Amino acid sequence: MTGLWAVLITTFLASAVEAIEMVTIVVGVGATRGWRSTLIGAASGFGVLAVVVVVLGAALSRVPIGPLRLIVGALLLVFGLQWFRKGIMRVAARGLAGIGGQDPHEAAEWTGPGMDWTAWFLAFKGVVLEGLEVAFIVVTFGAGANHLVGAAIGGVGAVIVVGGIGLALHQSVRRIPRSLLQLIVGVLLSTFGTFWAIEGLGIDWPGGDAAIPGLLVLYVATAVTYITLERSRALGLRPAA
Amino acid sequence: MPPPLSWIVPIARFLYEFIVGDDWTVAAAVAIGLILSGVLNVNHIAAWWLIPVIVVLMLGISLRRASRTTR
Repeated sequence: MTGLWAVLITTFLASAVEAIEMVTIVVGVGATRGWRSTLIGAASGFGVLAVVVVVLGAALSRVPIGPLRLIVGALLLVFGLQWFRKGIMRVAARGLAGIGGQDPHEAAEWTGPGMDWTAWFLAFKGVVLEGLEVAFIVVTFGAGANHLVGAAIGGVGAVIVVGGIGLALHQSVRRIPRSLLQLIVGVLLSTFGTFWAIEGLGIDWPGGDAAIPGLLVLYVATAVTYITLERSRALGLRPAA
Repeated sequence: MPPPLSWIVPIARFLYEFIVGDDWTVAAAVAIGLILSGVLNVNHIAAWWLIPVIVVLMLGISLRRASRTTR
């Protein structure tokens, strides 16, 4: 059984990665086009995500735990390896830099009466598209660990924390080291995905649950090794002064 | 008028991009590794080590391929 804290920490960090993009879009749209329509659009997006989590969660809760762990473990492993690989490439290239750059949705301020549908749609689309990955991780990780409520609390908590930072200090959210967070979450998803997929096949891990920290150490060492190799490869390619 | 079931292709494409991403060989290696692990287990041979080895090797291969294509 995976502990509640492991579920909370993993889903919190995974959701924080996507919440940074989400909050950057919502704050950018709100600051340029006005807050009312933007916040209604963001709330509508969260409503869609909540329905996705409830429907998928209810469907997965009907699957027996053995096949569920195989399916969820394999999905989390394949999905986690994407973030693992991207995290290594981005941390090797940019270190701990945030997402930086200009606001993605510079637009003229809305001064008309009623709803600004452009602001509504930009905020809605930002929340739904960035939040789908969060919903996927919350549902699959929560189902695999048998802690769907804990996973949902971790996900919602991250959106509240990052959203609070974004609203209080508009530009600070861009300086959160998103690449490093993505790498950490990729390592965590790959660790639990590996553990559950093998368990789902009916294979016993040496040491039982104690294999999880062992896998974590192996994957962290792998990340450090590949970041070092990527950096030295990039330095080797740099032309001499 | 679009043919019936024409919505399946874009949804399948979205799910593929979402879960598998831009390097299908990693997902294929994981799938083959899980099948092999199941076969080894049925024959009473220890198989827990296979997927971690595949993860470490495939990450290296995928990263090397990505850095070659960006040169």
